[in-house]
Amino acid sequence: MTTLDERAAADNPVVERSTPVVSAGAITSEGGQELRSRSEISQKALMRESGSVLRLSESAAAALADVANDVDEDQTMIINMGPQHPSTHGVLRLMLELQGETVLRCKPIIGYLHTGMEKTGETLSFMQGGTNMTRMDYLSPLNNELVFSLATEKLLGIDGDIPERAQWMRMLLSELNRMSSHLLFMATNGMDLGAVSMMLYGWREREQVLRFFQKVTGLRMNHNFIRPGGVAADLPAGWRDDVLALLDMLPERLAEYEVLMTGQPIWRERLQGVGVITQSEAIALAATGPILRSTGLAWDLRKDLPYLMYNEVEFDVVVGLHGDAYDRYAIRLYEIRESMRIVRQILDKMPSGNFRIQNKKVTPPPRGRIDESMEALIHHFKIFTEGFKVPVGEVYVSIESPRGEVGCYIVSDGSSVPYRLHVRAPSFVNVQCLPHMMRGGLVADAVAVISSIDPVLGEVDR
Amino acid sequence: MTSTEVTGDVSSGVTVHDSLGQRVLFVDKSVYVATITNLYTEGFTMCIDLTAVDYLALENRLLPAGVVAQRFEIVVNLLSLVQRERVRVRVQIADGESMPSLFDIHPSTEAMEREVFDMFGVAFDGHPDLTRILMPEDWDGHPLRKDYSTGRIPVQFKGAAS
Repeated sequence: MTTLDERAAADNPVVERSTPVVSAGAITSEGGQELRSRSEISQKALMRESGSVLRLSESAAAALADVANDVDEDQTMIINMGPQHPSTHGVLRLMLELQGETVLRCKPIIGYLHTGMEKTGETLSFMQGGTNMTRMDYLSPLNNELVFSLATEKLLGIDGDIPERAQWMRMLLSELNRMSSHLLFMATNGMDLGAVSMMLYGWREREQVLRFFQKVTGLRMNHNFIRPGGVAADLPAGWRDDVLALLDMLPERLAEYEVLMTGQPIWRERLQGVGVITQSEAIALAATGPILRSTGLAWDLRKDLPYLMYNEVEFDVVVGLHGDAYDRYAIRLYEIRESMRIVRQILDKMPSGNFRIQNKKVTPPPRGRIDESMEALIHHFKIFTEGFKVPVGEVYVSIESPRGEVGCYIVSDGSSVPYRLHVRAPSFVNVQCLPHMMRGGLVADAVAVISSIDPVLGEVDR
Repeated sequence: MTSTEVTGDVSSGVTVHDSLGQRVLFVDKSVYVATITNLYTEGFTMCIDLTAVDYLALENRLLPAGVVAQRFEIVVNLLSLVQRERVRVRVQIADGESMPSLFDIHPSTEAMEREVFDMFGVAFDGHPDLTRILMPEDWDGHPLRKDYSTGRIPVQFKGAAS
């Protein structure tokens, strides 16, 4: 009879605690991924980290001589922000090179939330894929499901046959999701800049939107509600009143935000002129969404490359002028209002009809039929175990998520599981703007800049 | 010479193809950078996405005539803001080959090329900082390769008792 201690000792061979294999510092080290000293890196990497990759004319470069590129390393200090830092929105880690309080170089280090979702996507069928997709950008799950469903439908060749009601329902959910995501941005942005009460207000309003999602989809987040072929269920009774209640509640609350934030000199001072990015930089860095629009370019996929029924609703694309953190804040605030405007039109135009395609290949039989018909039971079983087969092909579909262009690239080999599933995550690309936005800024503004990008690390790392 | 003029001409290394209504260019590696540069001057100024596919299990896939299938494919998605158009560039490369980096034309590919390097082990020549981006620096293998199986990998983290 062995004692528990003896058994535990047998299971876990003795590790010499007194002589650790690696030094304590090396445990969190990412070696080459980290910001290294200037002598160790190439000129190109130095340009990139100091936020100056674009080719400039001599005069433009001279005008940008706010940051010295030949500083003595004795005068600078490399510091770490994150991954455990409340203002880094999850597990974003930034390494900054500082001279005094000025940021000279910046390098985002990501991957702390990497869970291999693209690899997982290669083992889940097209039927199950939505459960994986919805968890990537967890603040706009419905948009992620939507882009996956649109891509799958294009591969299936049924993208022209989706019932109108399903399309309008998708738009309704997508716009409400944009509102909930931007409301959360209002909360986190406020918190990051010291308007702590704003955090409570933003979460409060977002929760109202999530309550509606819960009523429609059954879940607050990670809904897996928009599926290839349509949506999972019809809108519940009383949905119209719920949406109207939301639309009645929000304008007043947004007006309060204006008083609390926009109207405050301190708020404006903290944001205006901070984290400036030019239009050519944003295009070169493939920044999309509010970041690109803050530079004055009215690029919105809902308008420019419309999908669903966006060409049948009226809305304005909100653009900024200066490309700073304040513009990005204001754009998101006004986009909530534009989304409300779209939702109002959706309420008027919501057609009746099917909420999913009546194509037996992709649509399971109605629940009631399963009790009556053996064939329906077999059909249901086949679709939920084996899934449906998708023709050979590859497709890239993208939509406008609250953070920018979210794209889905699927390669199908003719089976019911994607051969390759790649997601073009807007946050992953937008985070590249950080060195440019922080160029020559103060370390205290770094938090404002990170916040203004509104990254979701679940999507950055996937 | 623009890339659109050479439809179907295999010798030039660019084959234009239509995939479910989307414009796809099959480009030979030798003219990869030249094609992307041409497309840039045509207005495709935004490199929205760069990724790769490992076709290890799909060697006999359907490709336009003249395109020789290789194990990996680099897929580049370009966007023209003026013409409101997209184009997808697909390049075949063999295992162990490296690709020229697009960093000098499209700085946005920095993180994307690092991700492809990390996930597929495809190196990019001329990339400013080709290190792993999502996996830990000392990780063995490239997870999105088809011969990298799921679920049987011992946990590889620094400092963990193995």
